[in-house]
Amino acid sequence: MRIRNLFAVVMMAGIYSLLSAGLFTIMDAVDVAFTEAAVGAGISTVLFLGALALVGHHERKPGHTPLLPLIVVLVTGGALVYGTMDMPPYGDPGNPVHHHVADHYLEESPHEIGIPNIVTAVLASYRGYDTMGETTVVFTAAVAVMLLLARRPRRPEEEEDEA
Amino acid sequence: MREQVIVRVGAKVLVPFIILFGLYVHFHGDYSPGGGFQAGVILAAAFVLYGLVYGLDAVQRVLPPAFVQACAALGVMVFAGVGVLTMFLGGNFLGYGVLAHDPEHGQHYGIIGVEAGVVITVFGVMVSIFYLFAGRGRRSG
Amino acid sequence: MTLLSHYNYWVVILLMMVGFYTMISRGNLIKKMVGLNVFQTSVFMLYISMGKIRGGTAPILMDAHGESSETAHVLYSNPLPHVLILTAIVVGIATTAVGLALIVRIKETYGSIEEDEINQIEAEGAA
Repeated sequence: MRIRNLFAVVMMAGIYSLLSAGLFTIMDAVDVAFTEAAVGAGISTVLFLGALALVGHHERKPGHTPLLPLIVVLVTGGALVYGTMDMPPYGDPGNPVHHHVADHYLEESPHEIGIPNIVTAVLASYRGYDTMGETTVVFTAAVAVMLLLARRPRRPEEEEDEA
Repeated sequence: MREQVIVRVGAKVLVPFIILFGLYVHFHGDYSPGGGFQAGVILAAAFVLYGLVYGLDAVQRVLPPAFVQACAALGVMVFAGVGVLTMFLGGNFLGYGVLAHDPEHGQHYGIIGVEAGVVITVFGVMVSIFYLFAGRGRRSG
Repeated sequence: MTLLSHYNYWVVILLMMVGFYTMISRGNLIKKMVGLNVFQTSVFMLYISMGKIRGGTAPILMDAHGESSETAHVLYSNPLPHVLILTAIVVGIATTAVGLALIVRIKETYGSIEEDEINQIEAEGAA
């Protein structure tokens, strides 16, 4: 956080993303790790670099002291740590999250869907509505970026109409 | 980066394999990790790599901006179209069982269909966002 | 041992604190976006770690048709959080792109991406 050069910040963020992809693999989420490696370490870094090329890569020294944000963050973190005391332990098969619909997906999807990758089965079939919504969100984001960036930057000397 | 021989040749060799891998990830997504979102991102990464190394004009000759924007919209339409198709065939919206005689095969076809929609949208969106950022820099700078 | 069994949450909370602190203490908008991404990844990790079962394996069935998957006694991790996070990552990158596009426009309008400089320009414009 003390690095002033934003290029270094973005490259560190890319490395962090790749490491978190490794962590997802350890926690058995191979599909998620795959996506994180492709999206977080690949496309996201390229987008950040593209934005940096447009806005400049040097950060000015912040004027105010970071004391208040630090207190806020520590209080939030402390409250959350207190909250975890009631959470189920890590890796326990008896956790409530595993006994609502996950059992159904794991046991019935071979007969109902017939494809081995359960993540794909749930994504495209059981939760098809969700995925359609997500696809629409991604499309909407592209439209928003187009609205923001597709027009020529307004300069007094570039008043001729757009191609 | 345009005068670096190793980068130029390396990128040219890699791009077809990246595209092939992206298609593999899509069509083999039923059996191994992968699926529409990853495949779309990998396909987009191939063209982003080409654009980074050879310049925006070169990649836009291969893939015009209008085409990728149309892709982004087309994918959502394919996804919803599969849903509407199953509805017309007498099933529920996005209930793929009616697409074939055997409901299990119907599920296969339906999943490949909607995943294809996801691939097209994600690919179109990612490439067109890249075009917008890169094109903005060229115009204003 | 019961205390250590919650370490996944603490890692997530630590990451979240790093991201949150970056977001609220830095004036640079690009750095805020990086902080937001760190924050986002911490939420992904929370979900994925809840789906993990000790001794489980990735939720891809061992045989193609699933006839003997019950008899094989393979323990799979919970696929549901994976699905949710898979789509969340892609939506996350899309929203990041929108944020970056907004930053680019702010830079073009104000000539700066530092929050306090923008506030200063705004104040001068209003006065």
